Amino acid sequence: MYGNAYIDPKKANSSLVEGENPEKLAEFEARILRGEKIEPKDWMPAMYRKQLVRMIEQHAHSEIIGSLPEGTWITRAPGFRRKLALMAKVQDEVGHAQLLYNAAETLGKSREDMINDLISGKSKYSNVFNYPAKTWADSAVIAWLIDAGAIVNQLANSRGSYGPYCRALERICAEESFHLKYGHDNVVFLATGTSKQREMVQDALTRWWPPIMHFFGPSDKDSIHSETLMRWKVKMASNDDMRQQFLNMYVPKIWDLGLTLPDPNLKKNEETGKWDYTEPDWEEFKRVINGGGPCNAERLAVRRTAEENGQWVRKALLKETETYVTPLS
Amino acid sequence: MKIVSLDPRVNRSSINETEESVVLKKLDQFQTYEVFAQTKRGVHHIHVGSVHAANKKIAVLFAKEQYARRGECVNIWVVKTSDVATTEYEDSDIFDTLDEKTHRNPESYKVLDRIKKYKERTSK
Ligand SMILES: [Fe+2]
Ligand SMILES: [Fe+2]
Repeated sequence: MYGNAYIDPKKANSSLVEGENPEKLAEFEARILRGEKIEPKDWMPAMYRKQLVRMIEQHAHSEIIGSLPEGTWITRAPGFRRKLALMAKVQDEVGHAQLLYNAAETLGKSREDMINDLISGKSKYSNVFNYPAKTWADSAVIAWLIDAGAIVNQLANSRGSYGPYCRALERICAEESFHLKYGHDNVVFLATGTSKQREMVQDALTRWWPPIMHFFGPSDKDSIHSETLMRWKVKMASNDDMRQQFLNMYVPKIWDLGLTLPDPNLKKNEETGKWDYTEPDWEEFKRVINGGGPCNAERLAVRRTAEENGQWVRKALLKETETYVTPLS
Repeated sequence: MKIVSLDPRVNRSSINETEESVVLKKLDQFQTYEVFAQTKRGVHHIHVGSVHAANKKIAVLFAKEQYARRGECVNIWVVKTSDVATTEYEDSDIFDTLDEKTHRNPESYKVLDRIKKYKERTSK
């Protein structure tokens, strides 16, 4: 649910290419097969456009809402350097949202509509940000592990087929390496500190582990649309594969610090080379993503208030002659 | 299991969570400007993306914040998206070069052969 292709479960049986011109469709698919990118004004199947808009828009919302739990700690960051670093990270995340909104706009959905759909609750964003950052250690765990998850997802998507999304992701990925190092640094500082600091980071990790396991979304390998979306390079890896990749890269690093994870079944299966784990609670995931989490209402209220408070300035600046055309990319 | 905000800024500003939602009207976010950035003196400005802005000055400011946060830039241009003229990808055959247009390529000019022949002829 970060920048994951979303499939409407009610439409599970309909075809993604229904009613499309077969000749144009073949040309379109051949272009993707050759490794060429699709650009905004190219012909594309309606469902390709729809899935991408939804995916890029959700990704943009995730960046902007994701900056809220971390932003909580700017005023209380321990020390001036950490305060500066956290401000820089939060500014990056908001910048990522701008890049992604622009990419989604090239597909025909206006920025106003995207913001409206976010604050009305119609559009989704990454579910992890509906949980609170209770202590400074939470902000460290978020910066390290949520960003690590985001990097797995974004690197995969940056090899996708839609030009503007790939270009935005390239810029984003370049900045994520700072976020990851900054987050790791903070976690290591606490984990190698006093017993109280260790306790704090362990507590944060234990609370964040279930949302982290939810991060890549439920298994979608059996989805009948996956094949088409992968052929179109909208979806670049299955949710399970991305989760495996994340576990493989980060569980050893977490254990290396002597920290524990709240899943007794978590271990690498030497036979399959894959990680075994307790199936995450997908009922909880559904409940939270549909508005039932601890911070959903607050996140949207903060965003809505920001739009409201800025509205008079924007109104004062708006010229009558202003006209809108779709940004180039 | 909703919680009271842990963010002191949220509590201070007493945000009402049940308030009616604002609806942004068309052009609330203004038009877009295309941004061109130069990474160092001596190289071309390159298109890096776009920004929404109310005017040129704000566009430059936003472009700087958005595309030059890490010192990889020495100069920025912005231009209204609506002022940009473009070709269409579907007409990209206008860029095809025909095989017989060899007169455009340096390799098709072979003077050495001619000079050699000339020298052979005159030295006899
Ligand atoms: Fe980001
Ligand atoms: Fe990040």
